[in-house]
Amino acid sequence: MKIKNLEELQRIKEESLKNLNGRESKKRGRVVVGMGTCGISAGAKDTLRAIVDEMEKQSIDDVAVIQSGCMGLCEVEPTVEVQIGDEEPVIYGHVNEKQARRIVKEHVVKGNVLREILVKRGKI
Amino acid sequence: MPTILEADSGFKELDKYIDGIKEKKGMLIGVLHKAQEIFGYLPVEVQSHVAEKLHVPESTVYGVVTFYSFFTMKPRGKYPIKLCMGTACYVKGGSKLLETLREELEVKGDEPTKNGLFSIHEVRCLGACSMAPVVLVGDNDFHGHVTPHKLLQILDSYRQKEGKRNENKKS
Amino acid sequence: MTVENTILICAGGACISSGEQSVKSTLEEEIKKHGLDSVVKIVETGCMGSCNLGPLMVIYPEGVFYQNLKSQDAKEIVEEHLLKGRVVQRLFYKGPTGEIKPRMKEELPFFTKQVKVVTRNLGIIDPSNIDEYIANDGYFALNKILEWSPERLIEEIKKSGLRGRGGAGFPTGLKWEFTRKSKSSEKYVICNADEGDPGAFMDRSVLEGDPHSVLEGMMIAGYAIGAQYGYIYVRAEYPLAIERLKKAMSQAYEYGLLGKRIFNTNFSFDVELRIGAGAFVCGEETALIRSVEGMRGQPVQKPPYPAQKGVWDKPTVINNVETLANLPVIINKGADWFSSIGTEKSRGTKVLALSGKINNAGLIEVPMGTTLREIIFDIGGGIPNGKKFKAVQTGGPSGGCIPDEYLDTTVDYDSLTKLGTIMGSGGMVVMDEDTCMVDVARYFLEFSAEESCGKCTPCREGTKRMLEILHRIVDGEGKLEDIDSLEELAISIKDTALCGLGQTAPNPVLSTLRYFRDEYESHIKEKRCIARSCKAMIAYTIDSEKCVGCGACARACGVNAVIGKIKEVHKINQEACIKCGSCYVACNFDAVKKVDAVDLVED
Ligand SMILES: Cc1cc2nc3c(=O)[nH]c(=O)nc-3n(C[C@H](O)[C@H](O)[C@H](O)COP(=O)(O)O)c2cc1C
Ligand code: FES
Repeated sequence: MKIKNLEELQRIKEESLKNLNGRESKKRGRVVVGMGTCGISAGAKDTLRAIVDEMEKQSIDDVAVIQSGCMGLCEVEPTVEVQIGDEEPVIYGHVNEKQARRIVKEHVVKGNVLREILVKRGKI
Repeated sequence: MPTILEADSGFKELDKYIDGIKEKKGMLIGVLHKAQEIFGYLPVEVQSHVAEKLHVPESTVYGVVTFYSFFTMKPRGKYPIKLCMGTACYVKGGSKLLETLREELEVKGDEPTKNGLFSIHEVRCLGACSMAPVVLVGDNDFHGHVTPHKLLQILDSYRQKEGKRNENKKS
Repeated sequence: MTVENTILICAGGACISSGEQSVKSTLEEEIKKHGLDSVVKIVETGCMGSCNLGPLMVIYPEGVFYQNLKSQDAKEIVEEHLLKGRVVQRLFYKGPTGEIKPRMKEELPFFTKQVKVVTRNLGIIDPSNIDEYIANDGYFALNKILEWSPERLIEEIKKSGLRGRGGAGFPTGLKWEFTRKSKSSEKYVICNADEGDPGAFMDRSVLEGDPHSVLEGMMIAGYAIGAQYGYIYVRAEYPLAIERLKKAMSQAYEYGLLGKRIFNTNFSFDVELRIGAGAFVCGEETALIRSVEGMRGQPVQKPPYPAQKGVWDKPTVINNVETLANLPVIINKGADWFSSIGTEKSRGTKVLALSGKINNAGLIEVPMGTTLREIIFDIGGGIPNGKKFKAVQTGGPSGGCIPDEYLDTTVDYDSLTKLGTIMGSGGMVVMDEDTCMVDVARYFLEFSAEESCGKCTPCREGTKRMLEILHRIVDGEGKLEDIDSLEELAISIKDTALCGLGQTAPNPVLSTLRYFRDEYESHIKEKRCIARSCKAMIAYTIDSEKCVGCGACARACGVNAVIGKIKEVHKINQEACIKCGSCYVACNFDAVKKVDAVDLVED
C-alpha cells in the first residue's frame, strides 16, 4: 500500500498508536527486549528466546513481544521493558534467561513487579 | 588455464550475484564482499575472475583488496575470532585477551589453527564500547565484558558444536 | 558470580565530613558477615550533589536512595534491604513537611540531565516496524517540507543553527545552500555512517534503534539540494545496523515513502546501501566518495569541494547520521525550539558514548553546554572501584585528552577546540589513575599510522617517526630531546598533511604533552611510569612480611618465575618474570606488590 498524502499518513499513525497503546487491539500489554549490539553482546538473544518460550508455555497470546534498539543503559543490559494495560512501563536490567522466565511468570501473569532487577519505572 | 578453484561451485554463485546487479557502476567493493562471503578469502584466482566479470583491470581489484583491512588474501579459520582493539577495549584490558588467545590457540598472526576452526584477528572498534572488552566470533556472535576465563568458555562452546577437541592437546 | 546489588556511597567532601567513612566500614563488615561480599559491590562516588542529606547511598538495581545515615543504619540496611529485600522506609528522603518520599533512580541525574532529541525513539519503538516510527510522528516532517520551497527549507535549517555532528561542526544549512547552487541535473546525498573513531557508538545505536529517522533526514536533505539519489555508507563492522537499514528501506519503498513521486509530488528519491571494508580514512568525505565509487578510499585535495564535485563528479552533500536524525525533529518542532537548546554557537543536543573507566558506560544525549563534570560524574556515575579520574579522551584519534582541572568546561564545539581537542563524533573514553598518558598517545598514534592511506608523505612517514619515538619512551629508552622532536614533527605534520586524518593525527600527542608533560619527563628522566602501566618500567615483588606461603602466585605464574616452598616466603625471579601480573591478581593477602623497576633492590 502506498501512502499518498497527509491524511493517509495520519490514519496509519492513529492505527499504529492504537496498537501501541494496546487498547482496541486484542493485546493487553507488551514486552520489549533491547536488541542493539550492546544488548546482544550481553546475551539479549537468549533473553528473548526465553521470553518467547515461557510465553508459549504459559499460553499467553495477548501480550506482544517486541524487539527494540539500545536505550542507552548499556551497563545493565540485557534490558526488558514490560507494560501491562494502563500501568506504568517497568524496565528491568541484567535480565538473563532465568530472570526472563520469572518476568513472564510473575509480572506478565500475576502482575507482580520484580523489585530486585528493576531499573526504572515510567517512560525513558 | 582452469585452476582447481575455478571448478568450485562458488564461482557460479558469485556469477549469479554479479549478473543480478542492475547498475554495476561502483559495485566492486560490494562484489568483493560477496566473494569473500562465498570463498572465505580472496585468492588471486577469485580476484581475476571478478576483474573479468566487471570489466576492470586486475590491478584495480588487487589495489582495492589490499587497501581495505576487511579483505584478506589468506584463508581464515571457520570461526574468525575478532578481538576489538579500540580505545575502550584497550583501556579495559583487550590486550590481555589477545595474550590469552595466542597462548591457548598457539597461532601467530591471523593464520588459522591446525584444525582450521579458529583464527585471530585484531580489529578496530566494533561499536559496543560500553561492553568493553568485546569479542566477535564469526559475523554475528557478539560477546561483551569478556574476561580471559569467559573467552576460553566461548572457544569451548564452538569446539563442542563442531565436535572437535582442543587444537593443541594431543589426542 | 554476578553482582546482584551495587551500592553507591557518596564520598564527596560534605559526606566524608559527616561520617561517610564509618558508615562505609560498618556496611562492609556487615556485608562480609552475611557472606554477601561476592554479590554486593560497593562503589564510592564523587559528590552526588545532595550534600545537605549526607551521608547518603543509592542501592541499585532498585535505585533506592537512603539519606542522613549513621553507622548503625548501615547494619539495618544490610539485614533488611540486602538480605530480605525490604526497603528501609525510615531512611528515605523526607520532603519539607516530613512526608516520606521514596526516591528512585529515575529522579537521579542519569535520567534527569538528559534531553532526548536524536535518541527520542531509541529503545521505545520497534525499529523493524515502520508503523511505530509513523506513530511517533515519523515522515510527517517530510510531508511538511514537500509543501515548502527548498529555499525556505534551507532557511529554516540555517535558522536552527544546526552544525554537522560528524566532527568538523560545519553549519548544515550553509553546506546545503552551496550544493543547491551548484548547477547540475544529477545530485547526491550521502549519509556518513562510517563511525570510525574507536570509542564511538552513537551512530550505530541510532541506525540500529531508529533507522527511519536517518532515511527521513536524507530525503529532507535531498529535497533541499535537489538530489534524487542517496547512498548510505555503513561500516562492515555493523552487521545489525545494515540489517535494520535494509528492512527499513524496503518498508519505506512499500509505503511509497521512497521511490517515485513521494506523497504525490514531483519529488522522487532512491537510496542505496554501500558497505565499507575497514578503512578509517574512508570517514573523511573525499575518501568516502572514492569508496562509494568502489575504489581505494584515498582522499583528494579540496577544493573542489563535494558540493561542487562529489560522487561521480556530481554535486554531493555528505552528512553524518546524527546530523540527519536531527532534521525531522527540527522540522516538526521548529527552528526556534531547536535553537533554544544548547549554547549560542552550538545549538541543540549532542549524543555521547561514554566508555572506559566509568560506572554508567552507555549512550547519553545532553544539551550542548553541559559540563564534563556533569557528564562524567552525575550522569556517568563517576569512576569505578574508588579510583581517581585522570583524563577524558574526546574526538578519537583526531582529538585529545582533557585533565581534571578542566572538568568544568562545557561540551560544545568551540570550548573543546580551545583545550586542544575536538568534539569529534561524540565518543568519550574515561581514564583513571591506572592509565598511562604516554601509552595512550602511543596507542592513538599507532592507530593513525596504521590507518594512514599512504598518499601524502607527512602523514605516511611523519606519523611513523613519531611513533618510533613514543615506542622508545614507553620502552624506557627515551632521550630528553625526544620531547622537542615530537613537538616539531607534530607541528609540521599538522601543517602539511593532505587530509583531516594527517592534520589531526598529532593531536593526541600534543594534548598529552600539554597536560601531562610530567609523565613524559618521568618516563625519560627517571624511568618511572606514574600509572605503573608501562611494562618496561615496573616490577612485581613479594612482601616477605605479608606472604603466607600459600603458593597461589606460583600456580598462577605461566613462566615459573615465582620460587619458594609451600608455607615459606616466595620470591620472584626478575630475570624470568614477564610482568603479566597474574601473581598480583592471584594473591589474596596483598603480598604481591607492583613497584617501579628502578626502586627494586637486588638481594
Ligand atoms: C580522518 C577522518 C575521519 C572521519 N570520520 C568520520 C566518521 O566516521 N563519521 C562522520 O560522520 N564523519 C567523519 N569525518 C568527517 C567527514 O569528513 C565530514 O566532515 C562529515 O561526514 C560531514 O557531515 P556533517 O556535516 O553532518 O558533520 C571524518 C573526517 C576525517 C578527516
Ligand atoms: S573500543 Fe571495542 S567496541 Fe569500541
